[in-house]
Amino acid sequence: MIETRGLRKSFRSRAGRETKTVEAVRGVDLSVAEGEIFGFLGPNGAGKTTTLRMLATLIEPDGGEATIAGADLRKAPGEVRRRIGYVAQGGSTWDESTAREELVLQARLYDIGKAEAHRRAARALDAFQLSEFADRKCKTYSGGQRRRVEIALGIIHEPKIVFLDEPTTGLDPQSRAHMWDEIRRLRADGMTVFITTHYLDEADALCDRIAIMDHGEVVAEGTPADLKREISGDVVQVGLDTATTPQAAQALDGEPYVKKLETAEEGGLRLYVDEGATAIPQILRRLDQAGLALSSIELHRPSLDDVFLTKTGRSLRES
Amino acid sequence: MKLVRDTWLIFQRQFQLLIRNPVWVFVGVFQPVMYLLLFAPLLKPALRVSTQAEAYKVFVPGLLVLLAIFGGLFQGFGLIAELRAGVIERSRVTPVHRLALLLGRSLRDVVSLIVQAVIITLLALLFDLRVFIGDLLLAYLMLALIALMTSAVSYGVALKVKSEDALAPLMNTVAQPVLLLSGILLPLIYAPGWLQGVAEWNPFAWAVDGTRALFAGDLGNDKVWQGLTIIAVLAALGVFWAARQFARSVR
Ligand SMILES: Nc1ncnc2c1ncn2[C@@H]1O[C@H](COP(=O)(O)OP(=O)(O)O)[C@@H](O)[C@H]1O
Ligand SMILES: [Mg+2]
Repeated sequence: MIETRGLRKSFRSRAGRETKTVEAVRGVDLSVAEGEIFGFLGPNGAGKTTTLRMLATLIEPDGGEATIAGADLRKAPGEVRRRIGYVAQGGSTWDESTAREELVLQARLYDIGKAEAHRRAARALDAFQLSEFADRKCKTYSGGQRRRVEIALGIIHEPKIVFLDEPTTGLDPQSRAHMWDEIRRLRADGMTVFITTHYLDEADALCDRIAIMDHGEVVAEGTPADLKREISGDVVQVGLDTATTPQAAQALDGEPYVKKLETAEEGGLRLYVDEGATAIPQILRRLDQAGLALSSIELHRPSLDDVFLTKTGRSLRES
Repeated sequence: MKLVRDTWLIFQRQFQLLIRNPVWVFVGVFQPVMYLLLFAPLLKPALRVSTQAEAYKVFVPGLLVLLAIFGGLFQGFGLIAELRAGVIERSRVTPVHRLALLLGRSLRDVVSLIVQAVIITLLALLFDLRVFIGDLLLAYLMLALIALMTSAVSYGVALKVKSEDALAPLMNTVAQPVLLLSGILLPLIYAPGWLQGVAEWNPFAWAVDGTRALFAGDLGNDKVWQGLTIIAVLAALGVFWAARQFARSVR
């Protein structure tokens, strides 16, 4: 459905007298299959929005190529526009208009006739549970309601692919869960959904496949399960007080069952091991020998954050 | 034709939003009426004309051109609000004709200006202003072209600077010399030679002269076709440039 090769974009920005060049996206290769929910996971500033805006024909790439729903991004941007829907991160509704007016106009801009535009607007209002306040001004809506209007606007022309830029950012937990259901429904209707997010749980629970993005590059791509499996083994988190952490690190570093050792941001150590069940007794024994007391020990399966951490050396929660 | 259809769609929406907020009619008409009532009476002695009607013949066309210039130049603010709300970006992912995004908006500005102009002309009729309908329609064409140009330029600049803070001083800086050098409030006949020489280079001075000639019933005056031509060319350039900004604006 989407194939990109070497997509690049840099921005020149002026701060005072100096001009700085920000390489927002530096060579992105992606391939998104029909009918999947594909997720772009990455911290703020990773280049997710810039990539999406290039794919949605809003900005021209500096380099690279892309084919979207069979249309060439560079040669046929008009065709691309007809085949995709795009819901921006920052919203797209006008305070003084009503949801129905926005939907009808949006459909009309896709060359849909007046009667059909009204029919589609009514259907979309119904599907997104907006009928009740369809004729109220957008400024009176809650955040979740407004987000639903925006998504309805993005798919009013029944595109093959819809891009949703951080669709759940800023929503309360209930609206978020609701939004996940809406997004799954889009896929059930046969659409390919491309979302961006900086929430680990969202990427994990909602997406069929994800690409992890950092500093304008895709650092990992695959299903959440595969990515986690790639970091083979388990993670053992050892709670220690700050004073003894360096000693403990010294004691455990180089032990044969420890594949990788890191100081955790929340204090203590994080150990990557092959088999948690056999490693824990050995860790305890080693620390006991060194005369170090620990406050807690936890075993967990690697999360997407661990994936991010091993690929970038930083935690996504931190960045 | 797609351009016409899309322009009409954008115009309809913009116009609907405009009339939903009737304050503009009040604000848009109140100020010029104040000029008409409180400033124009000073003109009869100042212009050394014998009747109030003659003073209006000079003053009303100037006032209308002034409205067209300022009405247009400050439309960019609304666009920046739309930009911020994401409305422009939403339009730009649809296959809508890029020129229609501009023309639909500018057309709304032209229509609202003409409404103001008609109200003011009708009021001036009460003060014994007399003008031939054909001349008046040509004068309205001039006003429409001015508003089209200034609003297009304002939209284009708004898309470039993207912030009210930059747009306001910029538009004021442009508007002030344009206003002073166009003989809008007082005809430049009274200006010293050097000032008249500088004003030669101000296209709006030509527009004001042309409009005054039309209000004076002097259709044959060269200023009429010269003013119309200059403004029409500039309007076309302005529209062309601004439409390009719509096609490639970033964020
Ligand atoms: N229009 C722009 N002008 C200058 N810099 C930009 C622009 N858009 C994005 N950037 C920069 O590009 C980088 C990537 O931004 P973005 O794509 O918005 O990231 P994300 O969506 O992952 O948070 C950031 O450093 C951002 O400041
Ligand atoms: Mg973003």
